[in-house]
Amino acid sequence: MSIAPVNAIDLANARSQTAQLSIRQVAKVFPGKKDLLSKLTGKTRRDFVAIQDINLDIKPNTFVSIIGPSGCGKSTLLNMIAGLSPITSGEILLNGAPIAGPGPDRGMVFQNYALMPWMTVEENLRFAVETVEPKISAKKRDRIIKEHIQLVGLAGAERKHPHELSGGMRQRVGIARALAINPQILLMDEPFGALDALTRAFLQEEVERIWEQQRKTVIMITHSIEEALLLSDRIVMMTRGPAARIDEILEVPFPRPRNRETIQQHPAYQSLKAEMESHLFRETRAVEAERVGG
Amino acid sequence: MAASHSTPGLIGAERQTPLWQNENVKAFALFMLSLSVFLLIWEIGAKSGWFVKGVPTATETIKEFWWWVTNPFYRNGPNDLGIGWNLLISLRRVAIGYIAASLVAVPLGILIGISPVAFKAFNPYVQLLKPISPLAWLPLGLYLLRDSEKTGVFIIFISSIWPTLINTTFGVANVNQDYLDVSKTLGASRLRTIWKVIIPAALPNIVSGLRISMGIAWLVIVAAEMLLGTGLGYFIWNEWNNLSIPNILVAIFIIGLTGLVLDSLFAALEKFVAFGRNS
Ligand SMILES: Nc1ncnc2c1ncn2[C@@H]1O[C@H](COP(=O)(O)OP(=O)(O)O)[C@@H](O)[C@H]1O
Ligand SMILES: [Mg+2]
Repeated sequence: MSIAPVNAIDLANARSQTAQLSIRQVAKVFPGKKDLLSKLTGKTRRDFVAIQDINLDIKPNTFVSIIGPSGCGKSTLLNMIAGLSPITSGEILLNGAPIAGPGPDRGMVFQNYALMPWMTVEENLRFAVETVEPKISAKKRDRIIKEHIQLVGLAGAERKHPHELSGGMRQRVGIARALAINPQILLMDEPFGALDALTRAFLQEEVERIWEQQRKTVIMITHSIEEALLLSDRIVMMTRGPAARIDEILEVPFPRPRNRETIQQHPAYQSLKAEMESHLFRETRAVEAERVGG
Repeated sequence: MAASHSTPGLIGAERQTPLWQNENVKAFALFMLSLSVFLLIWEIGAKSGWFVKGVPTATETIKEFWWWVTNPFYRNGPNDLGIGWNLLISLRRVAIGYIAASLVAVPLGILIGISPVAFKAFNPYVQLLKPISPLAWLPLGLYLLRDSEKTGVFIIFISSIWPTLINTTFGVANVNQDYLDVSKTLGASRLRTIWKVIIPAALPNIVSGLRISMGIAWLVIVAAEMLLGTGLGYFIWNEWNNLSIPNILVAIFIIGLTGLVLDSLFAALEKFVAFGRNS
């Protein structure tokens, strides 16, 4: 955390020239309930400071993971970047302009896939593409849909409805839909959290492969140390809440393309892994201790 | 070793399950058995005078039923119509009242569901009007409309509007937040979100509301028609005046059967719009 210098504005400008996404002094407070009715019923709730003093600059074409104890405010931060949740204070700049709301320059992959059950795979993608570009020609639209279905390896499942697909296949649709609108940044909130270990490992490798092709800026929330190490260029480690902060940012030096086996041979692998483990362990233990104590 | 032997054996056993062990076959057998027992007791009871005087035997009733079913469309004046005509009259009233109610309830439910203000403003009406027995509207309908036909339709309208309205409102107000977030992140307009996301997402609720409304409409029409001129309800009332118990039983059976068919249609529709949800 930098101590505010006199030329803070110059510094900020210098930063935003290389940063695609710039998170500055961002905080999120969930307002409590203090109105008369709540007071009468004795159900008042204090304001809850979820995250505070978050500063982060993300350069284009980097893969950034956010890791931290559960409930620390990772989803809150990602939702603010997505524009789904208002920012309490501070600002988030995308290419130098403050984020005012959700928009198709950011593609979102949801933990629960969030596919429309009444739409086929193809229709889910078409909905996204047509929403973002209503006047698109049918030919171009169909080409984009086809390309992205092939990209995630779902050719042949175009006419299936989500309930006919496995969890792993559903998330492939989720990823294809997010990419089909050609966003500048891909946001993923624990994208593989609901999948079994094998499917999860398989999909991680798929994401690595896709990322090598597209090199989009990605911000991914994860609980898995191995996942973060396999995929990321930088790993943001958050402290526990309330008022969660960024504790440390790790640079991951492994050359690309990566795969599970080769990165484990890298000299930095074990120390990075150990550092993340000790961080997560420390924070989680503190959360548990507070829970027992309070 | 034992396992490797028993596996093909098991599959074989499964394939060769005797017919009488199949669940559906068993259920059908039990159904037929209970029906036979019921008909037998009825037959013997009616013949040996266990019930009040005038209760027809099962065979008489079945014969009567057969006659009505094979002569559905005859016409000997307004008090002597074939059961097919009466069924069509009842269905027509239900159709008009029910369709009109649905055309009001679905759009209104969508409007109320998407706006918390509208929800708060209109909920008192709904809660107050919902518990009123449909027949309580009958005198008012007759007074206002001065016409028994229109009153019948009005009663169907007023009684079948609530379940559809309430279910539509609920479905629209409780659309999965994830779907709405998807729509928002794509930057979809409000209209597109309503049309492409909210309404399809609420469709299972809307259809189950329509199904409940249809059930109520069919319940209510029979009661209402006893006080009106024609239709199945009036048929029953008329046969009661003629003290023709077999005909009453026939009409009851036909009412039940029609209700069953209508309900199955909606059950199929519910399944069609579910796409793996709540199943
Ligand atoms: N709408 C809300 N109102 C009040 N508190 C909330 C709300 N959403 C999240 N929180 C709180 O903010 C904290 C962070 O939540 P979240 O961002 O979902 O955590 P994470 O994704 O890191 O597990 C949690 O303590 C949670 O209880
Ligand atoms: Mg979360």
